[in-house]
Amino acid sequence: MNWETFPHEADVGVRGTGDTLAEAFAGAATALTAVICDPAKVGAGETARIECAAPDDELLLVDWLNALIYEMATRHLLFSRFNVAISGHRLSATVRGEPVDVERHQPAAEIKGATFCELVVRQEPDGRWLAQCVVDV
Amino acid sequence: MDLKKLKQRGEYEWELPLAGRMRVPGIIYASRELVAAMDEKVAEQVANVAALPGIVAASYAMPDAHWGYGFPIGGVAAFDAAEGGVVSAGGVGFDISCGVRTLLTGLQADDIESAKPRLADVLFARIPAGVGSTGALRLDARGMDAMLKGGARWAVQEGYGSAADLERIEERGCVAGADPGAVSAQAKKRQRDEMGTLGSGNHYLEVQAVAEIFDAAAARAYGLAVGDVVVSIHCGSRGLGHQIGTDYLREMVVAAPAAGIALPDRELACAPLQSALGQRYLGAMRAGINCALANRQILTHLARAAFVEVFPGIRMPLLYDVSHNTCKEETHPVDGQKRRLFVHRKGATRAFGPGHAELPAEYARVGQPVLIGGSMGTASWVLAGSAGIEERAFGSACHGAGRAMSRHEATRRWHGRSVVDDLAARGILIRSPSLRGVAEEAPFAYKDVGAVVASSDHAGLARRVARLAPLVCVKG
Repeated sequence: MNWETFPHEADVGVRGTGDTLAEAFAGAATALTAVICDPAKVGAGETARIECAAPDDELLLVDWLNALIYEMATRHLLFSRFNVAISGHRLSATVRGEPVDVERHQPAAEIKGATFCELVVRQEPDGRWLAQCVVDV
Repeated sequence: MDLKKLKQRGEYEWELPLAGRMRVPGIIYASRELVAAMDEKVAEQVANVAALPGIVAASYAMPDAHWGYGFPIGGVAAFDAAEGGVVSAGGVGFDISCGVRTLLTGLQADDIESAKPRLADVLFARIPAGVGSTGALRLDARGMDAMLKGGARWAVQEGYGSAADLERIEERGCVAGADPGAVSAQAKKRQRDEMGTLGSGNHYLEVQAVAEIFDAAAARAYGLAVGDVVVSIHCGSRGLGHQIGTDYLREMVVAAPAAGIALPDRELACAPLQSALGQRYLGAMRAGINCALANRQILTHLARAAFVEVFPGIRMPLLYDVSHNTCKEETHPVDGQKRRLFVHRKGATRAFGPGHAELPAEYARVGQPVLIGGSMGTASWVLAGSAGIEERAFGSACHGAGRAMSRHEATRRWHGRSVVDDLAARGILIRSPSLRGVAEEAPFAYKDVGAVVASSDHAGLARRVARLAPLVCVKG
């Protein structure tokens, strides 16, 4: 699994790649945390379960990221570990993280939502999967 | 942006001619330099908006337009329900009714110089700011619904501020037609502990001094003179608005094909105004506007309490409160006929001109105050809606500078600590829970707001009244 953020004029994009669709989704989730703070500084003491279903994989990515944003916002958590399974546009995941610690995490910005801008989920010619979109901060 | 694809209609007015699926032309109000500096994506997004059903007159872009998602940020478009017009959750965005309000203080910059560090500390202690911060207020289900229906009017009834404040807020502090029942349980849960919080990113509370007056009559009407200290608050509808955007964007994307809407970009997700989904979204979005108005009203109360702690007995009347990300039902002249339209402003400010019936009596002769946010180190501005503006972009103007570079690039160039130290050396005190957040919002990461407001003035959208210089900034 690999992840990165990419520039957007007003906001920021999140991108994950991997050998499987699930890995790419886990990468995009790690990039989501990276928009807020360094994922390496986020522990894994708290657990959340996430289930989503969508008409297609692109909508599924938006749902997945928005579910994480909702958990982060309502439980004041940051996430660092993503155990994702996807089958037929259905996702189930166990994610682990820890409560926001402003001093240690130095969180730069909360994320408002995942957008359909630059939204791409596809298998590349080399067989690897790509999952990306812009998030609003 | 390639100027060759545009037709120049005036020194500050550029037309993107009809092409492809566009139903109306695009119109960009800006100087040649600003248009040339805009991303090609802005033209693409202006054209996409122009292709939506029921759009009236033109798809507009303000001088600060930049690449958004769906609509450009700085995009304005109006739709007629009777002509199959739509309401777009993407056209309003996630931060429903994000906006700026400015308070007068009666203080002079010289009066506060020695008290500035204490004032900064007291404001930072009293104003919940940044990721994970929570407000003191907790609303039960009934209280939440009352807030969503009542907006700033509800907040005043609850003891936050005074009835006089309401006269200086769009729609007198409460937009009609809000439907708390159309707001999801998730959206309400997200707001549970976020009432009276500033948020993060580009949201802030800033103490500013009037540095220069450009329009003496309007400045007098607004109560502004050189050296006066004012306070500006920039924030929105918090988690509730974000979740309403998330919920309805998805629902509209999924429902669009069945409604016969071919979206040029899924982020433009919309529904016919005359549909159950369109009406439900309008009810939820209006509840989001009221949430933003209530939130800014509570923050105003907290800011006043902080000032009173440092300057006992001080009074801080509201100058005005404007919202940026909205869809509002308004009457506008189109080809000589008054029409009832649903005006989307995405990163744009309503800017009614002199004589408009919506304005408080004391501003009727000079036009609506248009409050333009700054970026810690750079100026903020007070503009006034220009005469005849309703013939241009449905009475709308710019909202801010817009970013000049990505957040990633800003953190690569600057460290938060050095930004704070450099600004302190210039007499600007920053208080923020996150140094990385400060780096991402470094003043030079933003475009020159002076050029944007000058274009707004010359294009006949909103004229310059006062330039404000930052003194203290509490950054989320």
